[in-house]
Amino acid sequence: MAELVKLTIDGREIQAEKGALLIEVARQNGIEVPAFCYHEDYSLQAACRMCLVEIEKTPKLQVGCTTPAAEGMVVRTDSDIVRTARKGTLEFLLTNHPLDCPVCDKGGECELQDMVFRYGAGESRFVERKHHVDEKQWSPVVYFDAPRCILCYRCVRACNEGMGVGALGVGNRGAISEIIPNHDDHLECDECGACIDICPVGALTSGSYRYQTRPWEMEHVGTICTHCADGCKTTLGVRNHEIVRGNNRDRSGINDEFLCIKGRYAFDFTKHPERLQSPMLRTEKGYQPISWSKALAIVATKFSTVKLAGGRFGVIGSNHTTNEENFFLAKFARQGLETKNIDHHRTGDLAAFFDALSGKNNVLATTADLYQAKAVLVVGADLSQQHPFLAFQARANVRHHDGHIYAVTTGEVREDQQAVASVRVEKGGELAGVESLRDKLKAEGDLVIVFGDAVQGDVLRKLVAFGDSLGIPVKYVCLVDYSNSRGAFDMGVTPKDGGLSREQMLAAADLDVLWVVGANPLKNAQLASKNAFVVVQDLFMTETAKQADIVLPAASAYEKSGTVTNVCGEVQKLAQAIKVMGPKTDLEVMGLIAKEMGLDLGIWLPEKVFAEIRKSVHGYNMSQGQLAVGPAATMPLNGRVAALPGTIQSSGDTLFTSGSLTRYSGILNSVMEAPGQLYRGKGQ
Amino acid sequence: MTFSPQLEQRFAKMLTRYPEGRTRSAVIPMLIYAQDEVGAITRDVIEEVAKRCKVTPVQVDEVVGYYSMLHRKPQGKFHVQVCTNISCLLVGGEELYEHAKKKLGVGHKETTADGQFSLEEVECMGACSWAPAVEINYDFHHHVTPEKLDQLIDGLRKAH
Amino acid sequence: MAKQLYNPPSPLETRILSKRFGLEGSETLDVYLANDGYKAFLKAKEMAPEAIIEEVKTSALRGRGGAGFPTGLKWSFVPRTSPKPRVIVVNADESEPGTCKDRLLMEYDPHQMIEGILIASLAVQAHVGYIYIRGEYRYLVEAMDRALEEAYARGYLGKNIAGTGWDFDLYTHTGAGAYECGEETALLDSLEGKRGIPRMKPPFPAVAGAWAMPTLLNNVETFSAIPPIIRDGGAAFAALGTPKNGGTRLVCISGHVNQPGVYELPLGFPMMKAIEEVAGGIPGGKKLKAVVPGGSSCPILRADECDIAMDYDTLAKIGSMLGSGGMVVLDETTDMVGFALRIMRFYAHESCGWCIPCREGTTWMKKILTRFHEGQGRREDIALLGELSKNMLGRTFCALGDAAALPTISIVEKFTEDFETYLARQEVMV
Ligand SMILES: Cc1cc2nc3c(=O)[nH]c(=O)nc-3n(C[C@H](O)[C@H](O)[C@H](O)COP(=O)(O)O)c2cc1C
Ligand code: SF4
Ligand code: FES
Repeated sequence: MAELVKLTIDGREIQAEKGALLIEVARQNGIEVPAFCYHEDYSLQAACRMCLVEIEKTPKLQVGCTTPAAEGMVVRTDSDIVRTARKGTLEFLLTNHPLDCPVCDKGGECELQDMVFRYGAGESRFVERKHHVDEKQWSPVVYFDAPRCILCYRCVRACNEGMGVGALGVGNRGAISEIIPNHDDHLECDECGACIDICPVGALTSGSYRYQTRPWEMEHVGTICTHCADGCKTTLGVRNHEIVRGNNRDRSGINDEFLCIKGRYAFDFTKHPERLQSPMLRTEKGYQPISWSKALAIVATKFSTVKLAGGRFGVIGSNHTTNEENFFLAKFARQGLETKNIDHHRTGDLAAFFDALSGKNNVLATTADLYQAKAVLVVGADLSQQHPFLAFQARANVRHHDGHIYAVTTGEVREDQQAVASVRVEKGGELAGVESLRDKLKAEGDLVIVFGDAVQGDVLRKLVAFGDSLGIPVKYVCLVDYSNSRGAFDMGVTPKDGGLSREQMLAAADLDVLWVVGANPLKNAQLASKNAFVVVQDLFMTETAKQADIVLPAASAYEKSGTVTNVCGEVQKLAQAIKVMGPKTDLEVMGLIAKEMGLDLGIWLPEKVFAEIRKSVHGYNMSQGQLAVGPAATMPLNGRVAALPGTIQSSGDTLFTSGSLTRYSGILNSVMEAPGQLYRGKGQ
Repeated sequence: MTFSPQLEQRFAKMLTRYPEGRTRSAVIPMLIYAQDEVGAITRDVIEEVAKRCKVTPVQVDEVVGYYSMLHRKPQGKFHVQVCTNISCLLVGGEELYEHAKKKLGVGHKETTADGQFSLEEVECMGACSWAPAVEINYDFHHHVTPEKLDQLIDGLRKAH
Repeated sequence: MAKQLYNPPSPLETRILSKRFGLEGSETLDVYLANDGYKAFLKAKEMAPEAIIEEVKTSALRGRGGAGFPTGLKWSFVPRTSPKPRVIVVNADESEPGTCKDRLLMEYDPHQMIEGILIASLAVQAHVGYIYIRGEYRYLVEAMDRALEEAYARGYLGKNIAGTGWDFDLYTHTGAGAYECGEETALLDSLEGKRGIPRMKPPFPAVAGAWAMPTLLNNVETFSAIPPIIRDGGAAFAALGTPKNGGTRLVCISGHVNQPGVYELPLGFPMMKAIEEVAGGIPGGKKLKAVVPGGSSCPILRADECDIAMDYDTLAKIGSMLGSGGMVVLDETTDMVGFALRIMRFYAHESCGWCIPCREGTTWMKKILTRFHEGQGRREDIALLGELSKNMLGRTFCALGDAAALPTISIVEKFTEDFETYLARQEVMV
């Protein structure tokens, strides 16, 4: 326990941890100390001088952001001297600021505006000429308007310390100091937009959002990003049924202030012009739009006939759709169609994982564990590329808790920058690499092991045995690729009990029906059953959809509610941000087909389906209330799990790709096409 | 990018002066010596210094923008720096600077068309008791009068 | 050949640090050794570190870089037994307008400073040092390098110095043009290859300085004063000055005097005597208007305030500072608006830009003063300058903000009539 001290702030006696910063102590007690440069996650700057406070027996005003609380201190945050000082600083700040609030993207959300409103300096005594610099575009997503910049250095720190990228610096000196990008006149970086989000003013603006709208014209919907498996909360700014912005407005998700380019910008696929609007039926003249009722009738009739004739079904589910949809699909396949042939693109060996952990408790790491553990070991994965939020957590752990990072990978990874030890191995040499760290790892207080698809089957079991042998508490993360990869497994979209795997279904020559819900298995593969009736539910005419007999337009994750489970087993709620005309949610589509077929699979409302999941899926016995206030983590399946047929392979997405969705996101394409990108050609 | 053998030797020594793993410390000296040889801090120089000192180019760029003796554009072969700070000001520094502008036909941080001379009005350079002072490249000249400055400039012009 | 001095010495000087100035070959080790060189180091080698520090405390030596902090006390803050190696850094950035003394100590007598550094290394148990020299002083980097080379060659640096078993390495390091890098923590950032941005204190450099190692940082002159102190005893040095203001210092006299120059005078030397007798008085029989007592950062003194003894405490008492020893003399013809403008142009140019009040304050005031100087002044500008200065004072990250504010406040308050004259002239023009 930290030592406590008593001090007085604005006449109130307050207890605080010795050494806690005055600004924090004040804020925790509801006393506002204004600040621009102070940010609790990043290094201290004491540059803006807004947080000046008066401390008795100290001749000069002191900055609250770096002064530690001490016993008996008498602090005033609202005396005349303090108020004058703040006002003076604001007045200085405004001398070179263009005051172009009416046309600034940040108007209405600007900390400088708020500060001037609250602390004065509305009228200026400055009559001289302002220093002007033209606005610059640094990348497809980042614009910089130097005159608006107040030089709080938040962006520089977020990029350096938070992202580990270091793409921003400070150029020039004195009043013409300016934030500069890492490559002369442009940025080569993650394009994560963290700098934009953290900028208190409108100096950094986003290529996709700028001049689109005013903040107060939007509705803000907090939901879960649909791209990778990390499960970041993204708050979508919606205006007229269109998503115009994604950000971390209230920092209330597991990801706090973190978002990568996908979470922040790659919502634009929702309004891609090739988005399917209505069901499409294949005819001799190509695909023809048909009505939903016709389409559902065709599918239901086909399913019923094949079932009655004892024909063969193949069902491929999705790692993007919700738990409810996956659960419903699995039930539909097993009970409705009476087939065991159901699978999805598995990107991590969860079956071997849960089997290896059977009988153990408290061994699944949450995203918070990566931030808190004494050490994090990354095996066979490019964490910063494929799981940017997990990588961010590990970095923050180093920054805030002196956590240790170890990396055992086949190539250079960003984690090397901070790693206590990095081991390079050939593919397949991961275990040997891990073994070489044994002594170091043993000495750690506790450990989280994060591993990619190179670790599966026996190798995975050996890795867990290695963890057991260390004699310290070890938790694990089995990396999977997409927003609900983990949920698809948990909901049973797997070829259990002798069903065909995804590959086997594609290779079988005698399927009568292939039903693909939100997946693109034929992207790089052929379907052997030439006569199979293919039904595809998707947002776009993917390679798979192009081989379908009938295509049903699906709603995206941003257009529906339900739950998804992230890579660490944290279950979170989606919120519907926009309604689209034409597509239906996969759940509704499945429900309607079932109804058409006369099947009784229960009511297809997300809450009702979740109630069933609670009862029947191990580890998901969580209430809606639990889900509403944050992520609810699943427990491991605590018994033996049989091995599954089929291959397990990560699709090797990078920061700038997201499987088949990639090509429908203008923003992801723009950064890949922009010259000189950091990760160009480095992607796997 | 390589430099002259003498400079390479200097850089090699420079990198050993600082504690283990602190090669970043050599950034500023390396930049200024490289500038002396190359004529300016070009993009190549920035990338090269970054590589040698094991820092990122933007970390070097930050430094280049900060220090007033580092220039991205080539200066004249003779860089004439006239101090007009207080001690010089009181004894004719400004008049001397005005004279230099006329004599060379260029202004602050400008270079003559033939590339021979550039001019800069500089801050105090530590010659206050022997003011007014002028520094041409790295050579100090004290108690400079307009006539003395003419002689200096003409002398350099003739010699080269 | 005897080095030609930049200015002839004055008989009124007390030449302790500058006693070898002007000797033929004064910059060589031989001449240094022949004139008391290294006696102090050999003596210090026999003393315990505490005893060395005690001796420096007795000397009442105060930092010659500007702040005047008691040197012995500073040395005592360095944790000599810390597991982290200690570093010595010499501040040879000499950029304070009006100051030009450190260069003489390095040019005329480099070995005296080296010996002072070596004694300091014993006191704080350091084995490496860096001399941070401003970029404009390239010839001094070369001169120091020659001196260091000679010292290495003759066993006065490196391993087993002068057979004593003590090891010490010393290097030069060049800056590249930035006044702020004279501020000790900005200097450390600069030494580490970064922009010269001041650091937060604590930790103080003594505890975590260069590369986070305990660091002893002093000015060139401060180190140069160490050999005489150890050789002849702290008490003898202290006795030259006034209480708590020990010894002599190199005073750089410039501006409107007949014999400007750098003169070594004991602390407490009368200011008027320095102007009139040491520096030969004001040319043309003009009257004194003002004196900048210790570099441009110090509040200016009106002629009627100049009848004082030059030591730290006396100047502090009248609201100014002894600063870096740069004494600028202004005669009655000086235009104080132009003078204030030139000072503010300097600080605006040199502000590192880190904190808002300094960055924006200096630039704003520069703009006001420029406009005023060009004949576009407004009556309210006079008060505004004072207020803006006060809005900076004590609120900036480092002392550069104060250095810009203090002289401005003093000029505006003490020479308001010069500003009024501008306004009056403007009215006539209209
Ligand atoms: C803006 C600023 C500039 C400074 N410039 C110098 C300088 O050029 N040389 C110097 O020795 N000290 C300078 N100082 C003072 C140093 O910060 C520091 O106090 C001094 O070097 C310590 O050495 P001393 O104790 O021997 O004086 C400066 C301080 C400030 C705030
Ligand atoms: S761009 Fe924004 S975040 Fe960065 S320093 Fe300027 S105001 Fe601060
Ligand atoms: S928040 Fe304290 S100085 Fe900026």
